[in-house]
Amino acid sequence: MDIKEYIAPEKKEEAVALMKESLNNKFIAGGAWSKISIKKVDKLIGLENLGLCYINSHKNNLEIGAMTTLREIEINEDIKKIASGILSEACSQIMGISVRNIATIGGSIMGRYAFSDLLGCLLVLEAKLNFYSLGEIDINDFMAMKKVPDDLLISVVIPKKEKKGYFHKVSKTHLDFATLNITVAKDSKVMVAIGSRPGIAKLALNTCEYLNTVNSFNEIDFGNVEKLIEDEITLGSNMRGSKEYRSLLMITYLKRALREVM
Amino acid sequence: MKIDVVVNGKKREFLIEPSEYLLDVLRRYDYSSVRRGCDNISCGVCTVLLDGKPIPSCSMLAVRCVGHEVTTVEGIEKEAEKIAHYFGELGADQCGYCNPSMALTVYALKKENREANDEEIKKYLVGNLCRCTGYVAQHEAIKKYLGDES
Repeated sequence: MDIKEYIAPEKKEEAVALMKESLNNKFIAGGAWSKISIKKVDKLIGLENLGLCYINSHKNNLEIGAMTTLREIEINEDIKKIASGILSEACSQIMGISVRNIATIGGSIMGRYAFSDLLGCLLVLEAKLNFYSLGEIDINDFMAMKKVPDDLLISVVIPKKEKKGYFHKVSKTHLDFATLNITVAKDSKVMVAIGSRPGIAKLALNTCEYLNTVNSFNEIDFGNVEKLIEDEITLGSNMRGSKEYRSLLMITYLKRALREVM
Repeated sequence: MKIDVVVNGKKREFLIEPSEYLLDVLRRYDYSSVRRGCDNISCGVCTVLLDGKPIPSCSMLAVRCVGHEVTTVEGIEKEAEKIAHYFGELGADQCGYCNPSMALTVYALKKENREANDEEIKKYLVGNLCRCTGYVAQHEAIKKYLGDES
């Protein structure tokens, strides 16, 4: 890694202005993955002095500052109450505690890592992202963007809805990336996200549409569910597992998830 | 560039490059208890405490530690001696390479939750790999240390 200068501004406008100065300037959040994501930078802009580390509970939503660490999210009591605590649970399964003490939710989102266990949770929780210049963007729209915007992520807003949730990460060891992760949440509608496919987390919208037409677990036609999810969720092979293995995992854990939430 | 960092309660001035990680700087300034292992946040042997919390020094840029307090195992000498006593008593120690990082993490656990149960201990220590012992004796030693009120 080659960094010419490190700056940690105290004002958001200053951070954004520095970023706009050159394409060779970059933001750094927690920096847990800095060794793989940063090669050569003129000005590395640290976000630690911008006051973005907070979890605020409002009447209708929870607002998490972009620099809030995964450990702080994991142990926060308000976050544990949302959708059976899937976001806390997903955080608790990421690497060891020392890594979770530096990795931030903002870095996890802006990195759009394919192995991320958090992005699926944020998709089914219908999170909104607050950017400095772009304003509020739905997480699903953010995930669909061709390129990650060169904007400053301020916070993540999670609506407080009465949801049941399910999160499962399949990995060979606790410290490994997921071979596959599956996140499901249900209130009046069911939402299913599959991540580490090995592609990035994605909502299974057609599958959800079908699941929203049935009233209980026993009414589900699993032959139809298998066909729908296989059609819309592209799986692949890598050193962690074959496409076929991932397919079996996806179907098996989807059934378990639906049994739990429906 | 020069940075001021408090290490083990003492203010230190380090001469660093902006790209340098805390692990490299600490080792260069003779804090050799901080070990290099995988160098990619997987093994935990480079753990130090930053403001009392365990962090992987291999992935923390040294420049970001300005104004913060870094603690290596030398900074918790008395507690490290107690941990070493229980590790020795229960045969939880072999090559010793992971001991400083393990001691710091266990110390942080005791500060955070001295009544941690078996599952909580395992979860807290999951990021600290030991390639010799198989963890069973270490787990018992940690339980004894957590219960030590001296």
